[in-house]
Amino acid sequence: MTENPPSPGATIGAAGSAHVGASTLSGGPSLISGASVRRGDRVFRGLSVAASASVLAIMAAIAAFLVSEAIPALAKNDANFLTETKWFPDPSTPGGPVIFGIASLAIDTLVSSLVAMAVAVPVAIGIALFTAYYAPRRLARPLAYLVDLLAAVPSIVYGLWGFFFFKNHLGGLVLWLDRWFGWTGLFHYRPSALPGNQSLFTAGLVLAIMILPIISAISREVFVQVPRQNIEAALALGATRWEMVRISVLPFGRAGVTSASILGLGRALGETLAVALILTQVYDINLHITENGGITFASNIALKIGEAENTGTGALIASGLVLFVITLAVNSVAQLLIRRSNVEA
Amino acid sequence: MATLTSPDLTPVAAALRGQKLPRWAPAALAALGVVLGIGASYGLYGELRTANAVVLSAVLYSAVQTAASFAVEGRRQAVDRLFTTFVYTAFLLAALPLVLILWYTIQRGYHVISGTFLGSSMFLVNPDNAGGGIYHAIAGTLQQTLLSALVAVPLGVLTALYLVEYGGRTRFGRLVSFFVDVMTGVPSIVAGIFVYAAWLIALGFQKSGLAGALALAILMLPIVVRATEEMLKLVPADLREASYALGVPKWRTILKVVLPTALPGIVTGVMLGVARVMGETAPLILLVGTNPKINLNPFSFSQVSANPQTALPTYIWDSFQQAAGNPTHPAAQRAWGAALVLIALIMLLNLVARTIARFARARG
Repeated sequence: MTENPPSPGATIGAAGSAHVGASTLSGGPSLISGASVRRGDRVFRGLSVAASASVLAIMAAIAAFLVSEAIPALAKNDANFLTETKWFPDPSTPGGPVIFGIASLAIDTLVSSLVAMAVAVPVAIGIALFTAYYAPRRLARPLAYLVDLLAAVPSIVYGLWGFFFFKNHLGGLVLWLDRWFGWTGLFHYRPSALPGNQSLFTAGLVLAIMILPIISAISREVFVQVPRQNIEAALALGATRWEMVRISVLPFGRAGVTSASILGLGRALGETLAVALILTQVYDINLHITENGGITFASNIALKIGEAENTGTGALIASGLVLFVITLAVNSVAQLLIRRSNVEA
Repeated sequence: MATLTSPDLTPVAAALRGQKLPRWAPAALAALGVVLGIGASYGLYGELRTANAVVLSAVLYSAVQTAASFAVEGRRQAVDRLFTTFVYTAFLLAALPLVLILWYTIQRGYHVISGTFLGSSMFLVNPDNAGGGIYHAIAGTLQQTLLSALVAVPLGVLTALYLVEYGGRTRFGRLVSFFVDVMTGVPSIVAGIFVYAAWLIALGFQKSGLAGALALAILMLPIVVRATEEMLKLVPADLREASYALGVPKWRTILKVVLPTALPGIVTGVMLGVARVMGETAPLILLVGTNPKINLNPFSFSQVSANPQTALPTYIWDSFQQAAGNPTHPAAQRAWGAALVLIALIMLLNLVARTIARFARARG
């Protein structure tokens, strides 16, 4: 026992002299203590492993806490959680029925995200091609940065802009769509509908603007990696620029563009405030997408959390769990696609 | 060489290359398209409707140009020109909303901003009246994002160090790398409701700045990891090997050689991450709430009484609801003022981050 105390001090001294030796380049081999090196490495490695494990722990904790807080509310639900469209989780009278379900949330989330995808994907591919192959070379970087700035605008500002500006300028487009594409049902704007463009269509367009930068940035990264030889071979054979793009760039970038689009879809599915500000809360399934209405997973949580009581909070957490699982699945597919395409390339 | 460029060979070259539209053709056709578009707008509606005229001009321009090109240059060139038009249009379609959003925000917000607006809170101000300010919200936003960075940056940098320097190739490393990417896609509202379930319900704490910062840290973590990882990968292996060859242990090599080399890039990545979460609204609505008073203590997370802070995004959300859809309501004007300040803060962070990145690149 009496001999133990000095030994830690001795190792600290050894470690100190070791780094003096290393930094002045004059150290002999005896100055570096193997034990202190191993200890330093072990501590540092341990810290970094713990930090990495925390990433997995957070993901696991999200799943665990959402499940454990959702179960009591789900057990009290008198309706079918998957097929019910209404959202009355807190009974107005004690002992009254508890009714909530995700049918309208799921459909509206899906529809607004699909509108966003339909608009954003072609435009984003165009932007990526523009900044990679069409823009003057000196301007390409600043122009790509300009598109990236769209990602810097906070979602609540998109919501404000969508509510106070954008929706007021969509009247003509919506009537035009109704006139020429009303027969599809989707764009049929019924005379009985409330005017106002607080619709899934408007929300989808704003979402499209919001997910443009992520899709175009990733697509651009893939497009600029196309091997120089492929491009020059196509041009040397007399291909026009579009033929070059079609022959060498697009096939090479297909997997990357697909995964970029899926990542954009994940972003659109989980977007909250822009959607919450634009949509009027209507808990039913309405496939006339240009009419007022709509409520999504995320906007429902943001709008209802303030007034939710016990069961209501649990119900919102349950819907958050569904959103978490959906986005997890969507993002996992995108990441697996990216990884596989990297292996092939 | 001179004979090749002599004028008498030009017809041969022209025959080989085929007919081309003159260089001024696109500009002339664009002018024609605009004239036709405006004319068509008058013809159809009897008045000039800007949006209609722009769309009609674009459609007419590409149609006329494609037709002319088809007649003179042939099918392949016509398709090429049509696609070029599409690519340029796509870029303009992205630039247009950016310009519109910035222009509209500045137009609605700039006259709201004054010394009083930036320097006072909403304490004792009736939301329906003019007056009050966003000092408390700015302070809250800065504190919460700083706090989230304090949590996310050490975790993120250490994780990136593990992935690059230690175990990126191991099974565990690949798993972590995969989940970092998946985590990038976790919706902000899910991060918010997770902290709500864990911190507010399970542990019984009340709303506070810290609760919001925890959710923001979850959102910032994967951004920091990815940015740091990219930078660490750029550090040349020669530097590490030179250090090892001098007998320096691995952890000191990382601390003294790898991290300093990558530092400017990491700082840039962190600042971009901070800028990203600064505009996050959804988790803060759940976790921070609103408070008209100045509260400079994000740590007041008692279990008994709530002492929430306010952040700029929640302030905007609150003001929007007070305005109830009326664009001239004082609360709506305050919302735009706060939105302008928030955008300015985020853009400033972006700009500083990119300047650091540029200086670092120029030096290295």
